[in-house]
Amino acid sequence: MKNETLYQYILCIADNSLILGQRLGELCGHGPSLETDIAITNIALDLIGQTRSYYQYAARLIDEEKTEDDIAFLRLEREYKNVLLVEQPNTHFGYVMARQFLFDVYHLMFLEKLQYSKDDQLVAVAKKGIKEVSYHKRFSSDWVKRLGDGTEESRQKMQEAVDDLWRFTNELFLMTDAEKTMAANGIGVDIAQLKEEYYKEVSDVLKEATLTVPENTYFTKGGKEGIHTEHMGYILSELQYMQRTYPNMTW
Amino acid sequence: MTKNWPLWEVFVRSKNGLEHRHFGSLHAADAEMAMENARDVYTRRNEGVSIWVVESKYITASNPQDNGELFEPAQDKIYRHPTFYDLPDDVKHM
Amino acid sequence: MSENEVKNLEAIFEARIARDEKIEPKDWMPEKYRQTHIRQISQHAHSEIVGMLPEGNWITRAPSLRRKAALLAKVQDEAGHGLYLYSACETLGISRDELYEQLHSGKAKYSSIFNYPTVTWADMGAIGWLVDGAAIINQVPLCNTSFGPYARAMVRVCKEESFHQRQGYEIMLTLCNGTQEQKEMAQDALNRWWWPSLMMLGPTDDASVHTEQSMKWKLKRKTNDELRQQFIDQTVPQADLLGLTIPDPDLKFNEETGHYDFGPIDWDEFWQVVKGHGPCNKERMNARVNAWEEGAWVRDAAMAYAEKQTAKKVAKAS
Repeated sequence: MKNETLYQYILCIADNSLILGQRLGELCGHGPSLETDIAITNIALDLIGQTRSYYQYAARLIDEEKTEDDIAFLRLEREYKNVLLVEQPNTHFGYVMARQFLFDVYHLMFLEKLQYSKDDQLVAVAKKGIKEVSYHKRFSSDWVKRLGDGTEESRQKMQEAVDDLWRFTNELFLMTDAEKTMAANGIGVDIAQLKEEYYKEVSDVLKEATLTVPENTYFTKGGKEGIHTEHMGYILSELQYMQRTYPNMTW
Repeated sequence: MTKNWPLWEVFVRSKNGLEHRHFGSLHAADAEMAMENARDVYTRRNEGVSIWVVESKYITASNPQDNGELFEPAQDKIYRHPTFYDLPDDVKHM
Repeated sequence: MSENEVKNLEAIFEARIARDEKIEPKDWMPEKYRQTHIRQISQHAHSEIVGMLPEGNWITRAPSLRRKAALLAKVQDEAGHGLYLYSACETLGISRDELYEQLHSGKAKYSSIFNYPTVTWADMGAIGWLVDGAAIINQVPLCNTSFGPYARAMVRVCKEESFHQRQGYEIMLTLCNGTQEQKEMAQDALNRWWWPSLMMLGPTDDASVHTEQSMKWKLKRKTNDELRQQFIDQTVPQADLLGLTIPDPDLKFNEETGHYDFGPIDWDEFWQVVKGHGPCNKERMNARVNAWEEGAWVRDAAMAYAEKQTAKKVAKAS
């Protein structure tokens, strides 16, 4: 392989988009209004589009014969490097928006740094992604505010979702070896540096939404090392179903 | 509670140089949501560069029953059209 | 208004339609015109959003990222089309909530084809190819229907829908160029979707109650049987190209008429599904009702938030 570390680094980025896109795909046709259904599908489409760009690049790095789909569908659970946050289920609409918001804030900060990478391919994906993700963040933070500062019931539900998902946020800023190496040579982003700004920005929106910023400092991690929550196996059994059942075919 | 999201009308400018045109309507709780929904619903295929949304209830529409008095009087004001004026063919650039 | 005045208005109204003039929402219209349009447009809208479910069922299992994106975009379009159509319907003085209520209570119908299950990936191909194919045949003439908002919605729908059928046919083509297993999957899907697609074009002309009036109002430009024949004539060569066999032993080209003759349609099955006893009627309705009911707190919250924001703005201004 030409560049194992770069390959691993791309997975770290792209798997987040893939798994979150997959989760949002489950909702298509089941949202609280037709308009929100359409909006959420747009976000899913952006994420799947980003995933494809990253994987196409990654595929070129490992082997002439490999495709984006080999990377997307034919890895073992331990080989997926997404953060735990994005694999959490669509428990209710509050969870969907809280998960989206907590990820979007990170995602945008990350891409804004990635656009200055020394790697032209990553720069191109980042630049396109910034526009998309700016909109995602706008959409999800608006909804966090609506649900937080809406009715008593919605405030409770939103608070529950934020409290529950909070423990997954710290993992966003933990750096794997691949991430450290890539950050050191100017290709990757030093994400640990983004942490303070992230919590400030998230807290500001939560406060505006009249929600309580969780004080919990017990954080969960593992996704980036391939150790996932129990949800991941089920996500993959759907994601990989066709490719595993009918190996080596063209679709 | 259960109060329904109001109806909004969406106007889209498809490219600079053209006017905003009525594209359709949608439901939204507030103006921000109406704008976001309009973007997601009506510009999925790159149809626009600018969007206006206005809550439907703020549009005052003429009543078709008044069409006679509103629009018919304009029909015979033919002197507002250039063809009303007879000029010899020799006159150019006019 | 006296009976005579109404008769007079009706005559003027019918003459306008006969002259191909469009009717707009605030124009005077006979009550029956309004009701018929509410029924047909909402039925059409309901079909779009119930139609999201059988295909949405495969989004998470799509076999490639390219297919996943295309399917997401297609199902999203169906939501969009439902939205355009509900909006057109609302101009007739009924709210979307009332229309949902009619759907959820079973009072309003939707296309029966969506009560069949999607059991393999090939069903995504067959639906795009056959179901969207039949839908396009139904819909293209509606771009010229007499009611302005409906006609405009249909123009938009037809423009967007053109990728749907191609997407489906491409899936079939890929399967048919694939392994034996894939070909069998494609043939099996055709076998299951062929007859329901023919039924989708509506009961035979002698059993159809709405045809005559609908023709006059340009809600229909061709009869169900004509549409069905058109669909069969254009689809058979497409099946040949795929190397698939249409599951009808009586299907044969008739040199005299220039059309395909075809075997009897099982109308008992059709009416059974229409009456709510198809394979997935209950599942489809449960999914719609659940989405609506579980979304109630979200919609309420958004309204409450909007009201608070408005109140804040007012307080600031004063």
